[in-house]
Amino acid sequence: MTQDRKKIVFHHYESTSFSEPGNANKLFFPFYCLNSLVRNSFTFAYSTNQMTTFKIPDFTKSPTIDQVGIEERVARFNTRSIKKESKVKGLKLILNMIDLTTLEGKDTEGKVKQMCYKAMHLHDILPDLPTVAAVCVYPPMVRAAKQALLNSKVKVASVATAFPSGQSTRQVKLLDTRYAVEEGADEIDMVISRGEYLKGNYNFVFDEIAAVKQACGPARLKVIFETGELSTLDNIRRISDLAMYAGADFIKTSTGKISPAATMPVTLVMLEAIRDFYFTTGKMIGMKPAGGISTAKSGLQYLVMLRETLGNDWLSNEWFRFGASSLANDVLMQLVKEKTGVYQSKDYFSAD
Amino acid sequence: MTRLDILKTYKIYIGGQFPRTESGRYYPLTGRNKELLANVCLSSRKDFRNAIVAARTAFAGWSSRSGFNRGQILYRIAEMLEGRKEQFIAELMIQGSTPKAASEEVSCSVDLLVYYAGWCDKYQALFSSVNPVASSHFNFSVPEAMGVVSIISSEESSLLGLVSSIAPVITGGNTCVVLASESKPLCSVTFAEVLNSSDVPGGVVNILTGKSSELHQHFASHMDVNALNYHREDKKEITNIREQACLNVKRVFTHSASDVTSGSPYLILENQEIKTTWHPVEQIGPGKAGY
Repeated sequence: MTQDRKKIVFHHYESTSFSEPGNANKLFFPFYCLNSLVRNSFTFAYSTNQMTTFKIPDFTKSPTIDQVGIEERVARFNTRSIKKESKVKGLKLILNMIDLTTLEGKDTEGKVKQMCYKAMHLHDILPDLPTVAAVCVYPPMVRAAKQALLNSKVKVASVATAFPSGQSTRQVKLLDTRYAVEEGADEIDMVISRGEYLKGNYNFVFDEIAAVKQACGPARLKVIFETGELSTLDNIRRISDLAMYAGADFIKTSTGKISPAATMPVTLVMLEAIRDFYFTTGKMIGMKPAGGISTAKSGLQYLVMLRETLGNDWLSNEWFRFGASSLANDVLMQLVKEKTGVYQSKDYFSAD
Repeated sequence: MTRLDILKTYKIYIGGQFPRTESGRYYPLTGRNKELLANVCLSSRKDFRNAIVAARTAFAGWSSRSGFNRGQILYRIAEMLEGRKEQFIAELMIQGSTPKAASEEVSCSVDLLVYYAGWCDKYQALFSSVNPVASSHFNFSVPEAMGVVSIISSEESSLLGLVSSIAPVITGGNTCVVLASESKPLCSVTFAEVLNSSDVPGGVVNILTGKSSELHQHFASHMDVNALNYHREDKKEITNIREQACLNVKRVFTHSASDVTSGSPYLILENQEIKTTWHPVEQIGPGKAGY
């Protein structure tokens, strides 16, 4: 098969644009090509004068994963002992990395407004608490969230592309994405077509992610794999590679709608994929485990894993997020416990 | 060839599981002739914290069961205890009881469980009331489970002290975390096995072994504990508990060792909250007040 070599140009926003979304609007996509047959090299534009070109690998040759090795490595992370002062710092960092989430059929503007208040005022009795990183809502709730978070640095993330199943046409998914962005979403959490992926239709998934990335415009794109449906760690590694090459800014484990959601082994496989991608391309990709992380202790274990796999550069909410709703209160309870020495009860913390 | 004895490992009971203490600490328990009977878990505050989490998780399910069903489960505990009578008698005897006293203590414990099994669907009727009010309202008060109760059970009585402190609390739909006798802890662990095999959902009763001197302040200060029942007579600990319990206005009830044998519906009432409801009187018939 003969292949035409054409270049696809993607923009990767400089890290400063994260805290100042205004900058991102100045960037635009100069040209874009979508055709699996003709695509085999990629150009990333870090800024107008920095370009990197690299080949898209054959995803069927993604490294295979040693499951036993991964589990043993995870078990070792969990033995790390984190003492008082660094524990408090870790807990605050966790709070700052949370995407406070409500994704239910019964969501209303009122519920979203309440959650946004919580996002900004986690527990006012404790001084020096950070805000969470973002709130995560359905597209029709974006406007309400945006309005409620005015004058704060908390971002609004919106799920899109027929979340959570992803069972819809490309056209609908793109409309969904554009709608969320137009409503003001700073970040888009898309789901991949798991059925197509499991069939082995990698080009379909690649093009889907690339098309959604284009529709996102200035918004950062998180790609949800729903790892609970992908069954093997090999599949998870392969989809991680594929999504990052297709333009994901973040890769995310799960929708939170099925069990198992985020687990440490799955997250470790994805973190290692991010590390390898960084070594190959020089581009940093974010990681977001979501669903099932509800205790401060497991939050700290994830931070240990992050630190020991990707290093200090990733230890900020620009590159790592927790998708969670009940995690925040558990972390707050631990922080109050550290301060007062008394174990806390959920009764004394605002509902999330 | 002589056979090696297989000795039992006495572990604690949290959330329907038998873990060792997370602290890894233990204390040796010796018999009359200073021979080693067992190494017993010296529970830490973190074990207590974990137990409270288990108890809180179990509370919604246990308190929403019908009284009748709770009664069936309490009766089942009695059946299981009866079936393992010999084991309990043997354990009481190595902890210093006479054969007669040991046998009596086990029978009494079984009877007490049956007694409370009967109360499970009856105390509500006894303690509820319809109150006269001066407006067109139907006003009634009913007892409701308080929540998670921490119990420091009798030091002197290994089995009966434990059973008599737990039974009225769970009869009322509460879940509990119990500290067993420090000097006579063997029956508590075996009783946990009885609970485990008698349809009691995991987390409804959690049993720790260890020192009250170390743990009582955590039993009293934990914000997720709604009431504390103290069955010992250490004045210093009682004062300390009453102070700590102020933090979240826990209800504190102290009992003397002589309370042990007798069952009473008023012991159920202790760990109940009385909830009063105002309900507007509705028109049921044409032009007539309904109630």
